Amino acid sequence: MEPITTVEGRAFPLGRKNVDTDVIIPAHYLKTITRAGLGKGAFETIRAEPGNVFDDPAYAGAPIIIAGDNFGCGSSREHAAWALGDMGVKAVIAPSFSDIFSGNAFKNGIVTVVLPQEAVDRLLAVAKDHPITIDLESRTVTTPFQDRFTFEIDPFRRDCLMNGLDEIGLTLARDAAIAAYETKIAVERPWLAN
Amino acid sequence: MTAPRTLYEKIWDAHVVERRDDGTCLIFIDRHLVHEVTSPQAFEGLRSAGRKVRRPDLTLAVPDHNLPTTPRVGADGERLPIADVESAQQLAALEKNAPAFGIRYIDAIAPEQGIVHVVGPEQGFSLPGTTIVCGDSHTSCHGGLGALAFGIGTSEVEHVLATQTLLLKPSKTMEVRVDGKLGFGVSPKDVVLAIIGKIGAAGGTGYVIEYTGSVFREMSVEGRLTVSNMSIEGGARAGLVAPDDTTFAYLKGRPMAPTGENWDKAVAWWRSLATDPGARYDKVVTLDAADIAPSLTWGTSPEDVVPITGVVPDPMSFADPSKQEAARKSLDYMGLAPGTRMQDVAVENIFIGSCTNSRIEDLRAAAEVAKGRHVASNIRQALVVPGSGLVKRQAEAEGLDRIFIEAGFQWREPGCSMCLAMNPDKVPAGERCASTSNRNFVGRQGPGSRTHLVSPAMAAAAAVTGRLTDVRDLLGASA
Repeated sequence: MEPITTVEGRAFPLGRKNVDTDVIIPAHYLKTITRAGLGKGAFETIRAEPGNVFDDPAYAGAPIIIAGDNFGCGSSREHAAWALGDMGVKAVIAPSFSDIFSGNAFKNGIVTVVLPQEAVDRLLAVAKDHPITIDLESRTVTTPFQDRFTFEIDPFRRDCLMNGLDEIGLTLARDAAIAAYETKIAVERPWLAN
Repeated sequence: MTAPRTLYEKIWDAHVVERRDDGTCLIFIDRHLVHEVTSPQAFEGLRSAGRKVRRPDLTLAVPDHNLPTTPRVGADGERLPIADVESAQQLAALEKNAPAFGIRYIDAIAPEQGIVHVVGPEQGFSLPGTTIVCGDSHTSCHGGLGALAFGIGTSEVEHVLATQTLLLKPSKTMEVRVDGKLGFGVSPKDVVLAIIGKIGAAGGTGYVIEYTGSVFREMSVEGRLTVSNMSIEGGARAGLVAPDDTTFAYLKGRPMAPTGENWDKAVAWWRSLATDPGARYDKVVTLDAADIAPSLTWGTSPEDVVPITGVVPDPMSFADPSKQEAARKSLDYMGLAPGTRMQDVAVENIFIGSCTNSRIEDLRAAAEVAKGRHVASNIRQALVVPGSGLVKRQAEAEGLDRIFIEAGFQWREPGCSMCLAMNPDKVPAGERCASTSNRNFVGRQGPGSRTHLVSPAMAAAAAVTGRLTDVRDLLGASA
């Protein structure tokens, strides 16, 4: 995975709450057996609305989405994260995210930034005409107008994002611990062997 | 003496392989269910890295999402081809990947085939006190057995295949307590819709819910699976019901359940998992069973719940401005005007099925309403889709298929069907569906589809009247 420290640029000022995974990528795009090319189906139902932010040339290629509460709710489909990545999105800012989506985003090098609604409202206003910057090192979102919002992020996730670490590789290195657990459980809970 | 712990904390503690300083734990996964949609990229990842599946014995694969629910075998016993090329390709990938990695595979025409979340409990693969994952958010379903079960993305599917573990942070705990007696005609689906209506679609985010109280103690395992299934619609990645004698009676003798001495050991351990007296939850929500009516959704979020006796709400009645805006958009999409009585809304499609409501008790409840009645003339399609081949057989042995067919329903082969528009079963654009599934999102049942989430009995009631209907008016009344 590509290491990531800052995300800088225009942001789609989406603003809506409960943007679910069927909105991010409808089910008929899930039949693929690869990770690539899903950007074309991203936000299909929103893009059918006249004047939507995703087809506004002002935001073309924007690396950030700013949304309302509960972004990514619904399905566990990682296709949602793949679709965002394919359309060039590297970060999403919202007051809250679904747990599964934020995990999927992280595993694809997409930063999920949780900020209070007031901060999100301010960023939505700024983003209409100006770029914003997310910095993982300082855990801040800043604007050209001296706005500075600090966000919390899990230290392990931040470390993985900033160093582009492969989580499976990290866990495989713990093989001895996993094997020891398996041996212990084979005795304590023998019914689990299948 | 150790501090009192909740059911969730006990299961978590029993699965910690390693704990890091920052609180992240390497958690062992006891059971991994795999289906065709979220696995191809995971298997491809293993292949390209030269990795194996660590514990194929703890993994079970079954196709469900893409399968058409029309007959799968021709007159001379040959498998019928799947018309949709992409669906066929995705199904073929699982059929190839499972044996290539040594994973047990239930094929599309096996009698045990069905929706993963119906198959797991039915086979006794899903057990109390286990950690269960699947690349599907409705994995929360298995929590009805007292398992810590949750949906994962494809990268996590690959992680579990390779390591049989996941790196996780503990969740917060929420107790949802429902005491009292459920009223006439009120089903487990109504209970969970009422809960989601109360806590909101994001209310459970970051939490694992434990369902407690007399309503769940008295509820069947199938009902508990329905409730736990929709935990994710309230934002909670997992839901739990403490395992008890009802659970053990349900599991005993199932093909993959423990036997003999192992069964006795397992039951003893399962009994020890109940939340200790004095254990604290991070949040407690209570509902009174008597306040729960047959319920349904009016909008495009599962939190948009009203009793069937209610009306379409006015967007301005919500305090939160962003909810007002969301409600306006929902009503526009749903083609509904504020103040309309829910019972005056006509529907054109009926779907009885999905991992939420396709088990034998669901079909019995729907058949009770359908018996001796007929699907209304304005209904274009009314599907009954059993959750597995074994549910289908059982229903046929009980004559339920005849009741549905005589009433004008279509009796289908098992699969995810009209829940999510990945197979030929879809709701046409602009049409309305009374659906026993779990999501009423924009476009969920097909582009432009309008979903009202209901219980199986309510879906059958809507089928025979042609409009959203209070099932209590039909139950007990002679057909």
